Parts: sequence; C-alpha cells; structure tokens
Amino acid sequence: MTTALEIVSPEKLLLSRPVDMVVIPAFEGEMGVLPGHAPMILLLRGGTIRLYENGQVTGEFFVGGGFAEVTPDRCTVLATEAIPLAEVSRGEGERRLAAAEQEWERVDKDDVTARDAVLARLQSAHAMIEVAGAA
Amino acid sequence: MPSLKALRTRINSVKSTQKITSAMKMVAASKLRRAQNQVESARPYAQRMARMLSELAANVAVTPSAPRLLVGTGRDQVHLVVPITADRGLAGAFNANVGRASRALIQRLEAEGKTVKLLPIGRKGRDYLRRDYGSRIVHEVSLAGRKRLEFADALPVAERIVGMLEAGEFDVCTLVYNRFISVISQQTTSQQIVPVPVAGAGEGAARAFYDAEPDEETVLASLLPQNLATQIFTALLESAAGEHGARMSAMDSATRNAGDMINRLSLNYNRTRQANITKELIEIISGAEAV
Repeated sequence: MTTALEIVSPEKLLLSRPVDMVVIPAFEGEMGVLPGHAPMILLLRGGTIRLYENGQVTGEFFVGGGFAEVTPDRCTVLATEAIPLAEVSRGEGERRLAAAEQEWERVDKDDVTARDAVLARLQSAHAMIEVAGAA
Repeated sequence: MPSLKALRTRINSVKSTQKITSAMKMVAASKLRRAQNQVESARPYAQRMARMLSELAANVAVTPSAPRLLVGTGRDQVHLVVPITADRGLAGAFNANVGRASRALIQRLEAEGKTVKLLPIGRKGRDYLRRDYGSRIVHEVSLAGRKRLEFADALPVAERIVGMLEAGEFDVCTLVYNRFISVISQQTTSQQIVPVPVAGAGEGAARAFYDAEPDEETVLASLLPQNLATQIFTALLESAAGEHGARMSAMDSATRNAGDMINRLSLNYNRTRQANITKELIEIISGAEAV
C-alpha cells in the first residue's frame, strides 16, 4: 500500500507520486505519514520532507512552510516553496535570516499575528541554513 | 486628386505600421504561450487550496470570533473593488471591458447607498477610473515591467487587503478581471474574495472529519490569507494571459487592416500614375497636331 504524495507550490505542481511513507515537518514536530493515516490538516514549519520507498529515503525537499492535507490514501503538501535538498543554498538562508531579524526589530511585539508571522520566517530561515549546512 | 508623391509616402507609412503590428502580434503570441503555461501550472495549488479550505471551514462553527476573512465583518456597507487590468494598451477592448464592468459595479453599489473604495491593479484601469472616481482610489498597484509574474507579486496586495479588513476599512471585497477563456475570448468576471465564498459550506455532515494541528483556528488563520493571495495570483495570471490573447487578436486584425489599406492605396497610386501618363500623351499628341 502506498500514499499518493503531492507537493504543490503556488506556481506549479512539483511532485506527484506514490510513496511508502513521507515525513513532513508539521508545526508541532516531524510527522511520518503512512497509508491509512487519519484525516488531518496541518500547518507546516520550515523543514525537510523525506520520501521513503522500500525502506530507503528516495527524495528530500526543503519547504519554507505551508500546509498539508492527509487522508488515508493521499498526502497533499501545499508549500510556500519547495526546493530539492541538494539545491538549498546557505547564502540564501543567511540573507533571509538577516531580513527576518531586521523585521523582528521593527515588528510590534503586542500584535500577535504579525509577531507570529515574523517568528515563522525566522524559524524557516534557521531551518534553511541548518539544512544547507548538513547537505 | 492626391499627388503621386503623397500617395507613395502614405503607402510607406502604412507599410511600416504593418511591420510594427505584425511584430507585436508575434511577441504577444510567444508571451501568450508562456502565460498560458503559467496559468495551467498554478491551477493545482489553487484547486487543492480551495478543497482544503472548504473542508476546514465546514468544521469551524460560524461564531463572532471566527476569522473575518471567512465570515466578513457582518456588515455590507463598504465595498472594496479591485479592478485588474494591463499596464499597456493596444489590446483591443481588454482594458476598457474591465473599466466598464467596474464602473457598472460602482454605479450599482452606490445606487444602493453603499460606499465604494477602489484599489486598481494595473495602470490602464487606474487611468480609466481616475477621472470619474479618483477620490475613491485608496491605493494602487502597478506591476509594469515584470517579465514573469511571481507569487511574491500577489503577496503584498493580499497583505494590504487583509490589513484594511482588520482595520475595518471595508466589508466586502470584489475582484474585477478578465478571465482567460481562449486566445480570442476573455470573459470579464467579478469575483467576491472577502468574505470567502466557501463551496459546499454547511453540508459538513457528509464529510470526513479532519483533525487539525495545531488547531482549527490557527490553521485557518494562516490558510485564509494564503488563500486570498492565491486567488489574487490566479486572477493576475488569468488577466495576463487574457491580455496577451487580446493583444494578439487586436494586432492580427490591425495587420490585416493595414494590408487592405495598402491594397487600396496601391490601386489608387497606379490609377493616378496611369492617368498622368495618359494626360501627358494627350498633351504631346494634341501639341503635334496643332503644328
């Protein structure tokens, strides 16, 4: 049994293929999705999506954040952006981190939505650097 | 009767116009192909986003604390109209259609006693509406000189609209744009984006129940602005594809018209030339006879 995985960015459908298991960076921690998973809608943070086939990792993508919809037979990832892990650049991550840190200085800390948005960008930039460093 | 020289100049000028219009047609055709691809590749995201949203919205009760983007402000007094046009003309009735549709919408709303605010995207729409409704324009966006539309172009517009909604500056937001149907046809559409019309809301009983992580409200709070940006992005792409389609057919008929005009002028030119020759011959012959 497999799960039909789809990774979609606003600009195009990046990947659509059946996998044995996929690990997605959910808001509250990494989560493995196997076929037959209970239906869920998740918020994603910046991190890595890993595809498993026959017990092997067969694909890794960095996502900057987004949403995922899980049903027993499919897993749809709506990513703000998704980059194959090998193409993630550390420089880009650092540039974003600097931009997000500047934003953090300016943001109104009492405005919860704005603060959370900047925090999410900071986290995403950190994740990008981490991923690039490991690659 | 115009002189031969004047006719020759005229023919040459129409010929160069024809060269320009046929070049513009080629350019529009190649841009159209790219824009069409973009529209098609952006579709999966929008579809899945809409599906996710309707599933999630079916699970969330309509309470006063529900997000404003979903349920609106509860009023229907101030309308924000967002006409999307091109930044350049020479595309037939493309821009004028959006302008006319917006104007009709504004007039209808104002006749009902509503307040209208405008946020035009694209220079042509702004110019069209500025004369009569200049005071209602609250902000304008221009995407002139973009080679390729990106999702990042739609984000600031969406943020602005969300900000205005949070500040209570409007109750209902409507997009007016040309939807791309085919190369020769664009359909002017107005589409309400705030509050979000959720497909199939209320028939939640038949649906699978979704768990949400971290929780429904948090997911919805980030899904809704993203959905708004997606809708705007889709409309921008549709409008861009429509623009190139409209320009292509406008330039095609302009090229054809120039061809007809050249034919007519050449005929006229040849007739005049022959008339001149005949006249000269008559003069010579009658001169010789007189001697």
